[in-house]
Amino acid sequence: MKIVVCAKFVPDATADRRFRSEDNTVDRAGVDGLLSELDEYAVETALTVKEAGDGGDDAVTILTVGPEQAADAVKKGLQMGADAGVHVVDDAIHGSDAVATSLILSKALAKLEADLVVFGMGSTDGGMGVVPAMVSERLGLPAVTLGSEVTVDGQTVRIRRDGDTASETIEGTLPLVLSVSDQANEPRYPSFKGIMAAKKKPVETWSLADLELTPEQVGGSSAWTEVVEVTARPPRSAGTIVTDEDGSGAAGLVEFLSTNKFL
Amino acid sequence: MSNVLVLVDHSAGTVRKTTAELLTIARRLGEPVAVFIGDGVQDALPALGQYGATKVIALTNPDLSQYLVAPKAEALQQVAAKIEPSAILISSNAEGKEIAARLAVKLDSGLITDAVDVQAGPVTTQSVFAGNFTVQSKITHGTPIITVKPNAATPEAAETSPEVEEFDVTISDAAKTARITDSKPREATGRPELTEAAIIVSGGRGTGGDFGPIEAFADSLGAAVGASRAAVDSGWYPHAYQVGQTGKTVSPQLYVAAGISGAIQHRAGMQTSKTIVAVNKDPEAPIFELVDFGVVGDLHKVLPTATEEVTKRKS
Repeated sequence: MKIVVCAKFVPDATADRRFRSEDNTVDRAGVDGLLSELDEYAVETALTVKEAGDGGDDAVTILTVGPEQAADAVKKGLQMGADAGVHVVDDAIHGSDAVATSLILSKALAKLEADLVVFGMGSTDGGMGVVPAMVSERLGLPAVTLGSEVTVDGQTVRIRRDGDTASETIEGTLPLVLSVSDQANEPRYPSFKGIMAAKKKPVETWSLADLELTPEQVGGSSAWTEVVEVTARPPRSAGTIVTDEDGSGAAGLVEFLSTNKFL
Repeated sequence: MSNVLVLVDHSAGTVRKTTAELLTIARRLGEPVAVFIGDGVQDALPALGQYGATKVIALTNPDLSQYLVAPKAEALQQVAAKIEPSAILISSNAEGKEIAARLAVKLDSGLITDAVDVQAGPVTTQSVFAGNFTVQSKITHGTPIITVKPNAATPEAAETSPEVEEFDVTISDAAKTARITDSKPREATGRPELTEAAIIVSGGRGTGGDFGPIEAFADSLGAAVGASRAAVDSGWYPHAYQVGQTGKTVSPQLYVAAGISGAIQHRAGMQTSKTIVAVNKDPEAPIFELVDFGVVGDLHKVLPTATEEVTKRKS
């Protein structure tokens, strides 16, 4: 079984994330980046599925679309234990929206002949969480999304999804698209052995031409959404802070709630 | 005036507040046409009329509820082909976003998710990067598809008497490949829905696992209960109530963070709340940088006393 994890390289959420002033796109080159934390759960799921298999020809590939530095996201996946990597990189991709990104991923997944496509629940930068559904739509594959527990039983993939109103069991048949939540598992840390082994693992670099896509089909010029304005949120003005002494904290709190008409 | 499609978010005909918000927004863009999927359209009719739906399109094909989102996206595509709307508005929850994603591919249209405001144009406002930036965007291709977060608008009544039009949709076999085989409804807590609540009281690591004081204070205020990732990961409170990057993003009138340090993951989910209050033992906790009012103290002492006082004042 060919298992492919779609992984995203994102600006570090704890660093100073910003937009490029010239085109209002997320600055991915000028800031520290890494594999989106939420995609680590997808890598872990893929590795667990492979390990639970019969040890046959199951292999895990990390697929990423992004600038040069995005190779780091692939590397992290390989260090965790994936077998191979594919990095789609092309200057024309800059500025692609979710619709265009899903097109690039779909072409790459078709080329890889993926049986099981695994996504995290969303990225930690854009955070739309829509790409798995778009890829499923484009490839005509079933999608079982936001799994908090995943079991693969022969050709059947079954997940538990803890939704807002119910806990559901959802299943589909391979090949399919799966996305997992951060409740699905505890992602492993790369071991020293894993880090060394990753250096020898094959990573292919593909351009748009390799996927039979033209620059006009992707990137900022073809994006169907346009950011008109980006405004930094004004810092919150400093509030009142009191130290609780013999119930003064509770009294102050209730007074604040009362003054602001929350009671 | 052009038609604006609104996908009705409901539970067995009981219309959620988010639908009233979507209808209110739709009136800024054109004439709201509500699309109702499932049973109970007659029960929903008064609420849809109250907020200005000019027409209600009812889809009752049983395939729509048995399978996941793919059939719903197909159905909306067929409705859109007939109505030719100028925009499509959907609630920004997990299901709504997936329907919107599929529809965007089907209709070759631009998609904007998680809008916190939508004005004529349509021009949307989103809050990004943990609420540190506000982004205004528009869709430049196809039929604008926008998912809208709860509390993005104050519902404004505009009485109409919409007609119900039954609409037949055909669902392809390809859309029926993922199915729900079991569903256990979540136990009702009697508290408001987290994403829709006007007031939220959340607990974190500082609760030490005891959410009693959090729940009691929440109940005295008529609030929803939330939890930080630390509390959820420790198994102290269910994941469905997690506020933050990997949980719910909330924007209530009042957010009370008790025993929560205010890590970036948490701030991402609550930073846009109108008023923020924190109770924490650690005076250095980053949550205090956000607050309108903060108490440095033990939540196990402060909250019970405050609960008692609130209850007294309310009675």
